[in-house]
Amino acid sequence: MARVHLPGGLSAHTGGLECVDVDATRVGELILDLTLRFPGLAEPIRGMAIAIDGEIYNDAPYHALRDDSEIYFVPPVAGG
Amino acid sequence: MTARTFRHIGTRPIRHDGADKVTGRANYGADLSLPGMLHGVVLRSPHAHARILAIETSRAEAVPGVRAVITGRDIPENFGSIALGEAPFDTHDIGDNALAHEKALYHGHAVAAVAATTIEIARAAASLIDVAYEPLEPVLDITRAIAPDAPILDAGLETKGRPAPGSKSPTNIAARMELRRGDIVAGFAAADVVVEREFRTQMVHQGYIEPHACVARWGQDGQAVLWSTTQGPFLVRDQCAAILGMEPAKIKVTPSEIGGGFGGKIPVYLEPLAIALSRKAGRPVKMVMTREDVFRATGPTSGTIVRMKLGAKRDGTLVAASASLWYEAGAYRGSPSGAGAMCCLAAYNIPNFFVEAYDVLVNKPKVAAYRAPGSPMATFATESLVDEIARTLGLDAVEMRLKNAVAEGDHAPYGPAYPAIGLKEALEAARRHPHYTAPLAPNQGRGMACGFWFNAGLSSSATVMLHGDGSAAVTTGNPDIGGTRVAQALMVAEELGIPVEQVRPSVADTDSVGYTDVTGGSRVCYATGMAVIQAAGDVRDQLRARAARIWNVAPDQVGWEQGRAVALDGAAAQKPLTVAQLAAEMGRTGGPIVGRAAVNVPMAGPGFAVHLCDLEVDKETGRTTVVRYTAIQDVGMAVHPSFVEGQMQGGVAQGIGWALNEEYIFDAGGVMENAGFLDYRMPVASDLPMIDTVLIEVPNPQHPYGVKGVGEVPIVPPLAAVANAMRDATGIRSTTLLFSSPRVLEALAAGD
Repeated sequence: MARVHLPGGLSAHTGGLECVDVDATRVGELILDLTLRFPGLAEPIRGMAIAIDGEIYNDAPYHALRDDSEIYFVPPVAGG
Repeated sequence: MTARTFRHIGTRPIRHDGADKVTGRANYGADLSLPGMLHGVVLRSPHAHARILAIETSRAEAVPGVRAVITGRDIPENFGSIALGEAPFDTHDIGDNALAHEKALYHGHAVAAVAATTIEIARAAASLIDVAYEPLEPVLDITRAIAPDAPILDAGLETKGRPAPGSKSPTNIAARMELRRGDIVAGFAAADVVVEREFRTQMVHQGYIEPHACVARWGQDGQAVLWSTTQGPFLVRDQCAAILGMEPAKIKVTPSEIGGGFGGKIPVYLEPLAIALSRKAGRPVKMVMTREDVFRATGPTSGTIVRMKLGAKRDGTLVAASASLWYEAGAYRGSPSGAGAMCCLAAYNIPNFFVEAYDVLVNKPKVAAYRAPGSPMATFATESLVDEIARTLGLDAVEMRLKNAVAEGDHAPYGPAYPAIGLKEALEAARRHPHYTAPLAPNQGRGMACGFWFNAGLSSSATVMLHGDGSAAVTTGNPDIGGTRVAQALMVAEELGIPVEQVRPSVADTDSVGYTDVTGGSRVCYATGMAVIQAAGDVRDQLRARAARIWNVAPDQVGWEQGRAVALDGAAAQKPLTVAQLAAEMGRTGGPIVGRAAVNVPMAGPGFAVHLCDLEVDKETGRTTVVRYTAIQDVGMAVHPSFVEGQMQGGVAQGIGWALNEEYIFDAGGVMENAGFLDYRMPVASDLPMIDTVLIEVPNPQHPYGVKGVGEVPIVPPLAAVANAMRDATGIRSTTLLFSSPRVLEALAAGD
């Protein structure tokens, strides 16, 4: 199961849980499952980048996940 | 990663565009002229904050030679957002910033535009546009913006992210975010030394030498063609389409050569106005900003207030941090406060921290990206406090940082584990460097600082075409700011085994190459480079197939060695075929050879830098001179070392300017008083010493050569490196930029 880490402000939408395990094979499924369980997360993570095993993508719904993938939602960062 | 031996990567050929640039033949944004072309000018608000009651254009329209006048009524108010590469753009805000609708939100905000047969007629006509304003109190700093009785810029503004408990509407706080780890109360309780200070930085501009410029031509077929100086032609296309309510495919954007951008040429300002004027006039329209326009009406970076507290054990181990970051957004949401929060503690392992970051509206130009947006200001605070703790504990500056420095596998403050990074290697290099132990003269001091930036990935496309003589052309969609064309030529040369001089690199328009995100985020050599390498690999595969056809063997019987197709075991013994030989046979073996690739890649992995700064303070005049500077950086792999060094030196120069010379000065009404290079003092060559560089190469495993981004990290450490050197030279811990002569004298007097 992929492990989603929700440090800082995001845990306010999961009843204080800072780690949630999700059974999903791709990022899109993971987000769907996560937001069904915690509807309050849908808005805060909309538009956020996602770190999959240390690699940060701006948008990657079809990206495959491993059984032990580590996921973080990260604010999108612009560059100059 | 298996070490690969390169023939071309890592060499320093002359850039392909160099001769045109040094001889003045290169075509920049203002160089294009078309038959029948009109000249457009913008009428700008004389107020920093005012309601627009009415705009009367009839007197201007009656001037002979005037062909079109537009106001906010010609720009639809599209509410929504569009995903454009690096971050979502608010379609209403970018349109309202291009041409105001209900309110003028900063001095210089565009309120109308005129196109006429000459620039003089256009200017005269613009002066005849009657705008009725209701002036409002301008909000010119964060303290005023968050006061309970502050004037509100946008009555509909909601605080995005995680509003602070007890937040009220209406508000000027556009966003707030938090990062936390561990227990800061317990962390600070366990600290042997705690330092806490408030830091302030001023609004500064990127200072690119070429002002914004464009030419638009509306066609009878309802399609527009635009020539523009920009960091991202596809983003110009998509922003203009969103602002004007057009389909993106009906706008073709051709980027000119670009005289600097640093993030400031990602937004559009003139482009949608030029298209709208051309549509109305039925003729091409050219628009060029003055330097004054650039200062008053394009996006600088935020002025900031950062309150930070750090706690450490007696041995220098950092145990707790807290920070409150307040960034000016300008007139619309979107400061880089979130990036500042993510960057400020990124260099160190700190088990307990809390960081909050606020994005605050003020009546100043809407800020734009500026080289590692948000990181230099927050890092100024962190690295100043790290220096202070090291001094308090009597620790060596490098030792203190090495004790806490992050390495591969450590978690970033924003969550994920770091991939291969080179901060510790850079710190070790600083300790070994002769600069670190060189003696200082009287009134001189030495400071050091670390810096961090993410380095973007995103989408890129590339095409490589083989010519009949064996030379090649490589085409991408990234305007070349930092030498990316020669870097891409090096990549093609490496993959095909041909001389770099036989590769012609070009930047294409939006109809001639696949979608490509901006030249920004330190991404081009990494992300677009990956597309180029893959496209060249595509050509190489096709060449192998052509050799197989010539030799009448299966393609898998053909290998590739040192730029030649070679017959493998099982194939008839054949003499290897060079690229030129295979290219000469293209027509007979299947037709032209064109390689292509498109990629969407993750962030490149962080870049870290360590800088050493020596400065000398004249205690009679307060004049501060940087006398020696060394920039050390993990660059992954330097494709063209000269341009990597140039990026590092340029970032340092801008950072020193930020610390010593540059600031927006506003009067009480919000009018910038120094909107020109005479009074907005950027450093010039004679102000700076030679900036030494040390390239550390910790390869990025995501890239076939190990490339990371390099362009932004070097502007991050200088603010703190200069401040720490100032502390070393004078004993004064300065926490408010800039360190101009009067301020230094004032601080010296107070210190005495």
